[in-house]
Amino acid sequence: MYAYNDFDSAFVAERNRQFRAQVERRIDGSLTEDEFKPLRLMNGLYLQLHAYMLRVAIPYGTLNSAQMRQLAYIAERWDKGYGHFTTRQNIQYNWPKLQDVPDMLDALAEVEMHAIQTSGNTIRNVTADHFAGAAADEIADPRPVAELLRQWSTDHPEFQFLPRKFKIAVTGSPNDRAVTAAHDLAIRIVEKDGEIGYAVLVGGGLGRTPMIGKIINEFVRQEDLLPYVEAVVSVWNLLGRRDNKYKARIKITVHEHGIDEIRRLVEARFTETRAAFNGADLDLFETIKTHFAAPSFTKRPVSAFDRAYDNDPVFRAWADTNLSDHQAEGYAIAQISLKAHGETPGDATADQMRIMADIAQEFGHDELRISHEQNVILPHVHKDDLPEIHARLKSHGLATANIGLVSDIIACPGMDYCALATARSIPIAQEIATRFDELKIEHEIGDLKIKISGCINACGHHHVGHIGILGLDRAGVENYQITLGGDHTETAALGTRTGPGFSAEEIVPAIERIVEAYLDHRDSAEETFLQAYRRLGMAPFKTALYGEKADKRSEAA
Amino acid sequence: MTIIVRDDGFHAEDWNGDFDGPAAQDLPSDTDPESLAFDDDTGMIRIDFPSFADGRGFTLARLLRLRGYKGRLRARGHVIADQYAMARRAGFDEVEIDEALAERQPQDQWVFRADWQAHDYQARMRGTA
Repeated sequence: MYAYNDFDSAFVAERNRQFRAQVERRIDGSLTEDEFKPLRLMNGLYLQLHAYMLRVAIPYGTLNSAQMRQLAYIAERWDKGYGHFTTRQNIQYNWPKLQDVPDMLDALAEVEMHAIQTSGNTIRNVTADHFAGAAADEIADPRPVAELLRQWSTDHPEFQFLPRKFKIAVTGSPNDRAVTAAHDLAIRIVEKDGEIGYAVLVGGGLGRTPMIGKIINEFVRQEDLLPYVEAVVSVWNLLGRRDNKYKARIKITVHEHGIDEIRRLVEARFTETRAAFNGADLDLFETIKTHFAAPSFTKRPVSAFDRAYDNDPVFRAWADTNLSDHQAEGYAIAQISLKAHGETPGDATADQMRIMADIAQEFGHDELRISHEQNVILPHVHKDDLPEIHARLKSHGLATANIGLVSDIIACPGMDYCALATARSIPIAQEIATRFDELKIEHEIGDLKIKISGCINACGHHHVGHIGILGLDRAGVENYQITLGGDHTETAALGTRTGPGFSAEEIVPAIERIVEAYLDHRDSAEETFLQAYRRLGMAPFKTALYGEKADKRSEAA
Repeated sequence: MTIIVRDDGFHAEDWNGDFDGPAAQDLPSDTDPESLAFDDDTGMIRIDFPSFADGRGFTLARLLRLRGYKGRLRARGHVIADQYAMARRAGFDEVEIDEALAERQPQDQWVFRADWQAHDYQARMRGTA
C-alpha cells in the first residue's frame, strides 16, 4: 500500500491549515459565500438537503485497518455513528457541523487520508479496479498509476477551476470492474510487444446525457502518460463550454467537436505539455510501484475451507457468491456485502468498520478495498481462514451472500439526503432486496445488476444496470422509469427504456415481473439476464410490464 | 485604483504603458490558444479573469510560458487570495485586483499563499523541486 512520505504529509497538513483559515475567513466575511463554495467543495465539503456532507477520498479504493478504524472513529466522534460508501470509492459523512470539519480533516491526515478534490470542478478522486493487485486476470496492478495520477492531479494549478468535474478511472484487467467507459477519462492498462502501456478513452459519463467513452489513443507509453492526460484536460479546460453547466462535461465537448478533432487538438497540445516533463515522473512512478509490492503469500492446505464448504450450506452459499479468483494459489478475494436485505446500500456502522478492520489485520495482509458497487473487499485472504472470517462477519450482520445478485443494488442517496434528488432511491432498493429475499429465488436468478438513481444525474449508475431504475418527479409524485440491457463492463452499453414509468407502489412488482419473464424465457440456468435480454430483445419484458398491448401504450407515452 | 499583488504583498501600479498593442496585450479569458502571439518586444501580457470560477486564464498562462514567453504576465480581475499560488505556479508573475477586493482580502491573506514554491506536486513531477 502507498505510505505517505514527508512531502505528502506536509502537503496535507498545509492544505488543512489553509482550509481551517478559509472557514474562518468565510465567517469573518473575507470570502463571500460564492467564493467559499468552490473552496469547500475542493476540500470535500458539500451542502446537502439537511446538512453539510463530507466526502472523503479512498484513493483507488484501498484502505488499511488503521485507516478503516479512523473512519469508524470519525463517524462516532463527529457524525451519527455510520458512514456511506459511494460508487466512486469515497466515504460520505452525512451530518458533520461546519466548525468540526477542519478537525475531521486533521483526524484523516493522521492516517494519511484526505478529502481533497472529492467534489467541485476539479479532477476527482482517481478510482481503480477494486480487485487490483489480487485478480487472477490482471495485466498489471492499476494502483501505482492511479497514485501517480492522484499526485499529478492534486492541487494542479491549471485544473482547480475547470468547466465541470473530471473523473478518471483505471483498470489493469481486460475485465473492466471499474466502469471505466463511464468516466471522463479512462485508462486501461494494455500490453503491446511486451511493453506495458495505456489505452486512453475520453468522453464517457452518465448523468442526463449518458455517453460511452471513446478511444482517443490506443497505446500511450509510460513516459507520455502524464503529459498526454495533461494535454486532454488542457484542451478541454479552454474548449469546454462554460455557458451551460449541463453541457460542460468533456463528453459534450467530444460529442460537439467529434473525437477526431479532439484527438488532433490533444496531439498538438501534447507536443507542448511533453516538453515540461524530463523523466522525474518516471523515477517517481518507480518509487510508487515499490509501495504496491504483493504481500508474501504462504502455501498451506485448504482443508478447513473444504470441510466447511462440504458441510455448512450457509458458508457454501456465501463462498459461491462472495469469493473471486486470486492470483496466488490457495488465496481468494472475499467480498463483504454492505447490502444486507432491507438495509441502506453502502452504509456501514462504526462497529462494522472495526470488525472489518480487525479481520483485515488478522487474516488479510492488512488490506481492505471499497468497490464502486458499494461493498468492502478483503483482497488477500487464505481460503483456509475463510470459515473463521465468515463466522465473524455473520455475527455482525456482514455475511450476506448476495454479491452480484438481485439484492446487490447500487443506489444513490436519493431524496433521503440529496438536494438534487427528485425521488427516493434507498427505500426502493430496500423493498426490492426484501421482496426477492422473501421469494427465495435470488440464487436461482443469478447474475443481475440493478442500479437505482433518484434523479437524472445518475449517481446510481442506472444507465449501465442490467435493470436500471430512474426516479423522477412527475407533478409532485415519484415516478420510476425502467431501462434494460445496460452493461458497466468492458462491453459497456446504455440501457433502453421500457416505456412509461411506475409509481413508488408499482415499481417493486414491476421489477418482479421482469425477473419472472427472464426466468420463463431463459435458455437454461446458465443464460444470464443480460445474455437473455440481448437474445430476446425488449418484447417479452414489455409484455410482462405492460401486457399484450405494450407497443401501443409505450407509443402513447 | 488597482492594486498589484506580488509575493511580498501589495504594490501600486508600476506599468506605465498602454495595453493596446503587441508590446502589451490585454487578453480575454476566452482567447483562442492558437492566436497567442508575442515576440521579443512583448513586455506585458495581462489575462482577464471575469470570474474567479473561470479557470481558463491558468491554462492560457501555462501555454504562454510553454511557448517561450519570458515577459511580464499578469492575472487581472476577480482572482481571490486562495488562487494566488495557482496563478504563480501557472506562470503568472503578479495579480491585479481592485480596491474593493483588496479591502475584503487584505495583504496578509495573499502573503499567506505566497509560499507557492512549497508543497507543489507539479515540481516533483517535473523534476524542478
